[in-house]
Amino acid sequence: MIEIAAVLGLPIAGTLVLALVGHRRHASKINVTVSFLVLVAAGALTVRVAREGPLLLADKLLFVDPLNVFLVALTAFVGFTTSVFAQPYMRIERERGHVTASRLRLYYGMYQLFTFTMLLALTANNLGIVWVAMEAATLTTVLLVSLYRTPASLEAAWKYFILCSVGLAQALFGTILLYFAAEKVLGAEGGALLWTELNAVKGELEPTVLSLAFVFLLIGYGTKVGLVPLHNWLPDAHAEGPTPVSAVLSGLLLNVALYAVVRCKVLVEGSLDNAFARELMMGFGLVSVVFAALLLSRQKDIKRMFAYSSIEHMGIITFAFGMGGPIASFAGLLHMTVHSLTKSAIFFAVGHATQKAGTQVMDDIRGLITISPVIGWGLALGALAILGMPPFGVFASEFLILTTAMREQPWATPFLLIALGIAFAAVFSRVQPMVFGETSVKRLPHRPAMMPVFVHLALVLMLGLWIPPFLAEWYRQAARLIG
Amino acid sequence: MASLPLSSQLINLFAALLLLLAFAMLAQRRVWSLITLFAAQGLALALSTAIVAYATRQPHLYWSVAITIVLKVALLPWLLRRLVRQLDVKWEVEGLINIPTTMLIGIVLVVFAFNLAVPISQLANTVTRATLGIALASVMLAFLMMITRRKAIPQVIGFLAMENGLFFAATSATYGMPMVVELGIALDVLVAVLILGVFFFQIREQFDSLDLKHLERLRE
Repeated sequence: MIEIAAVLGLPIAGTLVLALVGHRRHASKINVTVSFLVLVAAGALTVRVAREGPLLLADKLLFVDPLNVFLVALTAFVGFTTSVFAQPYMRIERERGHVTASRLRLYYGMYQLFTFTMLLALTANNLGIVWVAMEAATLTTVLLVSLYRTPASLEAAWKYFILCSVGLAQALFGTILLYFAAEKVLGAEGGALLWTELNAVKGELEPTVLSLAFVFLLIGYGTKVGLVPLHNWLPDAHAEGPTPVSAVLSGLLLNVALYAVVRCKVLVEGSLDNAFARELMMGFGLVSVVFAALLLSRQKDIKRMFAYSSIEHMGIITFAFGMGGPIASFAGLLHMTVHSLTKSAIFFAVGHATQKAGTQVMDDIRGLITISPVIGWGLALGALAILGMPPFGVFASEFLILTTAMREQPWATPFLLIALGIAFAAVFSRVQPMVFGETSVKRLPHRPAMMPVFVHLALVLMLGLWIPPFLAEWYRQAARLIG
Repeated sequence: MASLPLSSQLINLFAALLLLLAFAMLAQRRVWSLITLFAAQGLALALSTAIVAYATRQPHLYWSVAITIVLKVALLPWLLRRLVRQLDVKWEVEGLINIPTTMLIGIVLVVFAFNLAVPISQLANTVTRATLGIALASVMLAFLMMITRRKAIPQVIGFLAMENGLFFAATSATYGMPMVVELGIALDVLVAVLILGVFFFQIREQFDSLDLKHLERLRE
């Protein structure tokens, strides 16, 4: 009880404190401290769940099981490393006059509130609360995306708000339909939206209503996952917001939205006899992979390019969960972890690279390695990792997904392979001259925080070579839940 | 149909009114009248929810009625009016498509929504099941309004009207969602409007206008 109270309460307390003192010099330290405490609390919660099994708390409103506790831990971890990265990054932005002191306060306050909404969406048992938390996550990030108040960032934030709100409205309709079906079995007294209760009676739920509900839920939360053709907001929001925000959007928010889809999929699968939900997820996933891969080579802005790469990877994960089965779900969860770690590491490196070059246009960023070897190597290794080069964890998960696809869904394999090939060519040919080649970039006034980048990449490397037994067991349990 | 009890007839009446108001919003050119129509839609929603609450003895629905009246009939229209006055928005709302065409598309959407709702309505055993199609139709009409309008404030009113339709769907299919969820949704809507209010000023500051055609520079 105390752990979950800390996990959810600390970000709220952090929001309140930073809303008051966020413009002071020490605000970034407070931000890091709060994020670190959340990480400690999440660690304690994880240990507790690993020892005692699933927890049902606060009058059944909160629920923690192996599936979401792993995402809670991941969210807290990346939230913490991002706050470490943001320390020098936001300081440089402030000194260059890109943000004022009051906007810095907005940034810190909203960052903690955003963490809270994600953690709430992950741990809420009531699917209605999950929806409320997702909508709140959209609202907090709208303000973060428009932080610079440039015309482009306002446009990106407006697009983000409108598209995601419309999308989430579909998800709300899906939730209403789900409630409608559940009420017949469970009665009107409160319990009919609780995932644990629904999961217990999923076989008795009306299949027609549930399949219709799933369409709405997948389209709704899928908008937030960035599935094609609902992805339009994603590249803009990633490119125009401050880089720490891009890192948490890509690394965390997309995962949380996908988690909501997976929870709903479990219920629908249990109610339907056919492969409707799986086929729908595989279809959306595959279209996203192929479409994003094709658009990768056309990008000129470095953050947009990696945003498209996020769409591609979310597509791969959605496809894996769509295939289902113990191996594919295991690989999907692993891919969620390694993508989240790698992509946020890349955004950290990209953030400092763009600050050095003073631009996000890739053609104007050259020879990072001569002026700053750490950033250059960080970007190069991150790009190799995300492209699925062997020693890294992304390779392991993609390999598992591809081999399962060859066995179970042979028709999809060529599409996946070609898309991965195109993505490799596109990203590699862009990153190579940025890292090597003649330099044009200048020095930074502060030492960049490259620690998070290499910690993330080391973890990804470790997951590619050796998955600790407790982690593997944990993924296996979660994969069993997903089915 | 003659033997329907009075409460059902009244609910159907208000449901029809809700749909009519959704169409009226689609056709309305002026921002000020659009806000009035939105408030009227909120009132129709509140009244129909109140009748459902009375007829089916679901006391928790009265809370939902209270939230709707406070938020959608009083607070949000007041906030929007204040925004319009402070921003000094031009009266005319330009659509992307002309109004008769929009209305025709709207009719097609209503037919589609009714067809989509048939299988669900047949499963429902609530007194309000016939109105589920109307709820879905008003969601879709609000969606259409968001797509066809170029200015920021009408788009937001479209978003809020969509929320109205969803609330109506929740009442007509299931007698409302659990209290904690309804409160959460209401809070989200309120915060959304407050954030957007701040946002409008930022857009205006940057572009000297609330016309969203300025916001079409980011591509692929």
